[in-house]
Amino acid sequence: MEPVKIKEGVYWVGAVDWGLRNFHGYSTSRGSTYNAYLIIDEKITLIDTVKERFFDEMTERISKIIDPSKIDIIVSQHVEMDHSGSLPRLMELCPGAEIYASPNGVRGLKAHYRKAWPFKEAKGGDTLSMGERSLRFLLTPMVHWPDNMVSFCPEEKILFSNDSFGQHIASSERFDDSYPFDTVMEEAAKYYANIVLPYSPQVRKELEAASGLDVAVIAPSHGLVFRSKVKNIIGAYQEWAGNKTKKKAVIVYDTMWKSTEKMAVSLASAFESKAYGFKMMSLGENHISDIMTEFLDAEILCVGSPTLNNNMLPTTASFLTYLKGLSPGGRKALAFGSYGWGGQSVSLMEKELEAAGLSLMEGFKVNYVPDEAQLKNIKEDLEKRI
Amino acid sequence: MKKYRCTICGYIYDPAQGDPDGGIEPGTAFDAIPDDWVCPVCGVSKDMFEEVEE
Repeated sequence: MEPVKIKEGVYWVGAVDWGLRNFHGYSTSRGSTYNAYLIIDEKITLIDTVKERFFDEMTERISKIIDPSKIDIIVSQHVEMDHSGSLPRLMELCPGAEIYASPNGVRGLKAHYRKAWPFKEAKGGDTLSMGERSLRFLLTPMVHWPDNMVSFCPEEKILFSNDSFGQHIASSERFDDSYPFDTVMEEAAKYYANIVLPYSPQVRKELEAASGLDVAVIAPSHGLVFRSKVKNIIGAYQEWAGNKTKKKAVIVYDTMWKSTEKMAVSLASAFESKAYGFKMMSLGENHISDIMTEFLDAEILCVGSPTLNNNMLPTTASFLTYLKGLSPGGRKALAFGSYGWGGQSVSLMEKELEAAGLSLMEGFKVNYVPDEAQLKNIKEDLEKRI
Repeated sequence: MKKYRCTICGYIYDPAQGDPDGGIEPGTAFDAIPDDWVCPVCGVSKDMFEEVEE
C-alpha cells in the first residue's frame, strides 16, 4: 500500500473500502475511501484518520514516508468514526501527539474513546504553524455534525474539507482529473442529498468563509481530490446550498395490485405533456438514498401508496421518515393512492409531507382499481396545476 | 431582550426575530418559549442554550 503525493510534502495516506455498500442506510454502490493526509514539515501532521479496521492500511502507507511514531500533531476534523476510528491504535504508536479538534470535537472524542489524550481545542480562525507551512482552522458546525471543522493550508493552497465535497467512490485513482468526472459529480450530488442537504444554510456560511481563501486543491475525507475542477464542485455546492430547483418531478410510489402504479403513470403523462422533467421511482426497485439524489433539484415530489391495514405501506413510511430528516423544504408535494375501504394512506402521507416542510398540492385517491376515465381525470387535473 | 446561543451548533436565538418556522412569534423572550421547542438548526432542547453576554 503506497502513499499518494498531493503536493511536495503532502500525501494521501487513507484507505479504500471497496466492499462498502451500506453506510447506515445510504446505499454506497461504488464503495468509498477514508482519506487521511500526512504533511511532512518540522512538525509531522496527520489530518484525520480512517475507519478502525483500516488502521493497518493507513499506517502501512504512512510507514513508506516516515515512522508513524514520529507524528507530532493529529488534526481530527470530525468525530464520526469513519474518520476518528483509528485514533486509539494510532495514539498507542505516538502517545505524545497532540490532537487538535474543535471544542465540540474534543467533547465528542472524549465521549467516544474515554481517553485522556493531549487534546488541543481548535478555535475558528486559529492558525497552527507546522514549520514552513501552517493550517488555518475554520469551524463548520452542522456540516454535518456540531463538531465539524475544515483546515486550510495557505502555503499549499489546499483546503482539507473533511466531509464537505465528499463522494462515496472506491478507486485506485485519487484525483478528479483521473476518474470519469460525471461520476464524481453524480456521487457528490448523492452525498449532498443524503448527508448535507438539511444543513444548506450552514453550507452557505462555509462557502462564504471559503470564498476568501485562495483554494487550488480541495482534499475531502471521502472520494477523489479536486485539483483540476475545483470551480465545478464549488459551483455545484452553491446551487445545492441555494436550494435551486428545476422543472422536474420525482414520482415515488409503491403498489400492491398495480392500482397506485396506474395512478403514478397518469401523473407521469401529465408531466410529460407539459414538458416537465420527471422520474418514476418505484420503492420496490429504488433505494431511498437514490430517490433523495433525484429530489435534490426537483420542484415537485409525488408520493404514492395504497392503504394497507388503515395505513400506508411500510416502504412509503420508511421513505417519508428519511425525507423528513433531510428535506430542505420550499418545494411542492402531492400524495396519491388507491384504497379498498378505509383510504387513510393519502392523508397520512400528507401529514408527513407537511412535516417535511413541503407545501401540499391536492392529491388523488381512487377506490379499488382506477378505470380509464379516472386515470384521464388525474392526468388532466394535474396538467391544469403545473 | 436577551439573546441565547445553542451550545451545540452555535445558532443564536434572537427574540426580535423569534423562530416562526418553529412556531415562535417575533418578540418572544427566550424564557417564554415552550419547553418542547428545539434548536431549529441541530434539534437539541432548550436547556442546551446559554445566554449571550453582550
